[in-house]
Amino acid sequence: MSGSGDNRSTLEEALFGGIDVGSCTTKAVIIDGKRNIVAASVGYTGTDFEKAANDVWNTCMSEAHAEPSRIMAIVSTGYGRNSVSFASARFTEISCHARGCLHFFSGPLTVIDIGGQDNKIIKLDHKGQRISFKMNRKCAAGTGAFLEEMALRLRLPLHELDRLARNADGEVTLGSYCTVFSATEVLEKIKAGHPVDRIVKGLFRSVLKRILEMDTLDDTIVITGGVIQHNPFLAEMLRDHTDNPIRVPEHPQVIGALGAALYASKALCEDV
Amino acid sequence: MSAAKETDRKTIHATTEMKKLMASHFTELAEAKKNGRPKVAWCTSVGPAELLHAMGFLVYYPENHGALLGATRMATEFIPAANAVGYSPEICSYLTADVGAYLKGVTPLTKAYGLKEVPRADILVYNTNQCRDVQDWFAFYAREWNVPLIGVHTHRNIKEVKDYHIADLAEQMKAMIPVLEEVSGNRFDIDKLRETVALSLECTKLWRQVLECGAAKPAPLTFFDATIHMAPAVVLRGLPQAIDYYKLLLKELKERIANSVAAVEGERHRLYWDGMPIWGKLRELSQQFMTLRTNIVASSYCNSWIFDAFDPAQPFESMARAYTELFIVRDESYKEAYMEQWIKTFSIDGIIFHDARTCPNNSNSRYGMPQRMGTRLGLPVLVINGDLNDLRCYSEEQTRTNIEAFIEQLDEKRSC
Repeated sequence: MSGSGDNRSTLEEALFGGIDVGSCTTKAVIIDGKRNIVAASVGYTGTDFEKAANDVWNTCMSEAHAEPSRIMAIVSTGYGRNSVSFASARFTEISCHARGCLHFFSGPLTVIDIGGQDNKIIKLDHKGQRISFKMNRKCAAGTGAFLEEMALRLRLPLHELDRLARNADGEVTLGSYCTVFSATEVLEKIKAGHPVDRIVKGLFRSVLKRILEMDTLDDTIVITGGVIQHNPFLAEMLRDHTDNPIRVPEHPQVIGALGAALYASKALCEDV
Repeated sequence: MSAAKETDRKTIHATTEMKKLMASHFTELAEAKKNGRPKVAWCTSVGPAELLHAMGFLVYYPENHGALLGATRMATEFIPAANAVGYSPEICSYLTADVGAYLKGVTPLTKAYGLKEVPRADILVYNTNQCRDVQDWFAFYAREWNVPLIGVHTHRNIKEVKDYHIADLAEQMKAMIPVLEEVSGNRFDIDKLRETVALSLECTKLWRQVLECGAAKPAPLTFFDATIHMAPAVVLRGLPQAIDYYKLLLKELKERIANSVAAVEGERHRLYWDGMPIWGKLRELSQQFMTLRTNIVASSYCNSWIFDAFDPAQPFESMARAYTELFIVRDESYKEAYMEQWIKTFSIDGIIFHDARTCPNNSNSRYGMPQRMGTRLGLPVLVINGDLNDLRCYSEEQTRTNIEAFIEQLDEKRSC
């Protein structure tokens, strides 16, 4: 792999990489000089950030069928952004998610990113400039980690959650904020004989409540992150809470990595 | 953001003198306990220290000890001991750290100044202008050592300081005199009080000038420097050595300004900090802001030891006014106007609010102030969740990312 340019590369041949090393998964995106996505890949982060970044990047390069010399720049982002030694620059996931969303939608936007261990709400004005951002507090309530923990308690595979919630003919109300208290509440609901699909829908509602507590949702809402990628029903449920347009970009899990790639291309490509 | 590179914090030379002063302060307290005289009064950090000095007490400030426990990262180890005896993890972590350290028989004063234990109080004197916790904190020791506990109950959430506030507080302070006379063995002397108030006034004027140096571009000191150098304004006000120290510090800072010496090399952004410091993370945060070439040039916290109202001609009334005019005592509208003035004078690019889990009275982000101020001033605002002492309430990575993202936002704003 190469983090620097090759003199033979022209703008037409140029490729740019973005790597988002998240707490659960690592994502990589390669774009061309016209900012089209050439390849994207996702893998588990595990405990070795550098290895995860290398593995996911190599997979992405294979999918792109590209010579390393065409890669002009790589930008890293995410929880492990400082562990990507081959990145030429790094930006926070807040900036990268905003940048990635602006690739598909124009401002004003409210970006909701539901990640593995944190949620973010980022507000962008009509020019796409960031007005504010908020991350959830230290607690992981309402994040992907919350759903993982609950799936474990319910002995359900994660990929089953969306289908169960979608097909539920009702939902149970879960009042707790804390993940641990929620788990206890879920056990109480099971004991009380509530069907599991209604409990799962209640868990989805709990995720949305945590997000609605973080900030107001203005203008067009864009949802990104791995949780929405695997549980698209959450976006439909959000419609119960707002009349604003709700958008989910294609491949919402890699929007941070896309934003990083767009930053990487900024020096060579205008109007990014 | 990768363009930023590591830079070292610049040493303020006066620090050496400050360390000597602090060592002398604590040695004097230890000697007093050994000899039984003079008597030692514990005082809250914005309590009626002038009266205590005038009565011949040596004055010890437990909040300074609380901050020391935080800065040495001992606090988080001791807080659970206080929790275990009924002091909630949700109350002031100065209190819980201090009580926990006492229960464990440990103090950072041993390593720093050779004291075997904290200098025990002969009397405990509080002012509730900061919070109710100080009263309960001192009550613990009053029960423990069976010593008198007296205090001033300040009106809180004040928009405008009224004459009746002053009259009430002045009377409360006068009412303490008989007990202070009994414990100290000295008669109250109004002239000594006037003299002490005059010394505090001079100290506070110099401290204000020190902080106002931060308005220079580039700023010659940081918030992190100020949290260290405020120590004499807290524990030595009312004494001549604090005045000598701030003259020395001010001279050095003015030299920095004259020579355009920046505390943060290549200063790009200037921030305002509201709320308590995160004592256990001062070094890391200072380094991060240094790397991001961003200086926190003003703060509500360090300004809390500016007491413009002191007047030797009216010692009780002016003390009452000085300790009531404080930022922390005031309502939201006053606080916003106060901050706005400093923000404009110091050419601030953004505001950071520290929401300290265990310090609601000094966390101003809980009633919509960041949103209001951000909108009104057109400035980006960031709320950091943490605590003054309890690092169990602090997420290192999340804070670092929040700060980095905030600086990216400031960069974007500037480039537009």
